[in-house]
Amino acid sequence: MNAVLDTAIWFAQACFAIATALAAIRVIQGPAAQDRVLAFDTMYINGMLSLLMLGMRSSSSAYFDMALLIALFGFAGSVALAKFLLRGEVIEP
Amino acid sequence: MRRVPPVFLCVLVVMWLLLNNTISLGHIVLGFVLSALLLLAAFRLRPLQPTMRRFPVLVRLFFDVLIDIIRSNIGVARVVLGLVGEREVHAGFIHIPIDMRDPHGFAVLAMIITATPGTIWVELTDDRTELTIHVLDLIDEQEWIDRIKGRYERPLMEVFE
Amino acid sequence: MTTFDYPLWASVPASILLVVGGLVTVIGSIGLLRLPSFFMRMHGPSMGNTLGTGCVLIASMILSSALLGRPVMHEILITVFIVTVSPVTAMILMRAAIYRTRVNEERRRRQEQLAQGEGSRASDG
Repeated sequence: MNAVLDTAIWFAQACFAIATALAAIRVIQGPAAQDRVLAFDTMYINGMLSLLMLGMRSSSSAYFDMALLIALFGFAGSVALAKFLLRGEVIEP
Repeated sequence: MRRVPPVFLCVLVVMWLLLNNTISLGHIVLGFVLSALLLLAAFRLRPLQPTMRRFPVLVRLFFDVLIDIIRSNIGVARVVLGLVGEREVHAGFIHIPIDMRDPHGFAVLAMIITATPGTIWVELTDDRTELTIHVLDLIDEQEWIDRIKGRYERPLMEVFE
Repeated sequence: MTTFDYPLWASVPASILLVVGGLVTVIGSIGLLRLPSFFMRMHGPSMGNTLGTGCVLIASMILSSALLGRPVMHEILITVFIVTVSPVTAMILMRAAIYRTRVNEERRRRQEQLAQGEGSRASDG
């Protein structure tokens, strides 16, 4: 039965890699700055999911903490970028 | 000193235990001490407290939202892959009159609307009477207004007000 | 590749959830690339954010529970965190997009007016 699980993990990891690549294309060609921020937002979610897949493949739970940290910092980063687009300042007086 | 609701304490202790992935006695005690200190600090900063009633309504709302998330994922996937047939997909903004006043209810409503693909919260007017959302596949405006008001707003008003 | 021999009750649901999660995420990213306007593109990644992440995290929960022989629930924290904070990003990004679109339109209109004014003055003189 492990063959099925291995295939599923491979498939999901390939999906996340493709999704990250598509988001990267959007970052490069995005017509406006908000498109790029949105694509960055997608990229950090996909990176977090890829990391979880690595954790599943190596049967270790050490990757969970890294995924949690990526979620935390990715959120802070994309909010700061979006806020900068809104006013040109991240922290307003 | 106001009374701190025990629900918050329990939720924070459960989060601490999940984060440490353990249920040993030492961590439970440590979690209680840390959560109590954090709550005392947090209630100084934000004195507004939610009043929550009728938890069964909240549980039913949770499952309703889960079904809606799956259904609207299928809908958005069809739009993205071009499986909607010949008709043209119109995206648009909808203005919804809102009767809810509680800020915690608005927070949960924002989570529901953003978590459901196909709808995104745009903005709420300053006097909290009109909500603007953006819908990907806009066919009938009144249907969306009825759905948001009947399916999400009414249970949230029952719980939080 | 996996070193541990997962039992049947864990590997079958986890495989299904992983395939569904991967497909949903990749369709969301295709939407990010294919949909024509920014406001429509906002809806693509929110598929991956909710259902994709949810499926993968439930699969991870099932597999690590089977691995350690006791219920492991801590992946639920990531789900709760992402569902709680994604409205904040969406709201600020949406407001920034509306603001920037309006500013760009005003600037273009002003430039057009300026060009028209110069054109009429040229025809007068």
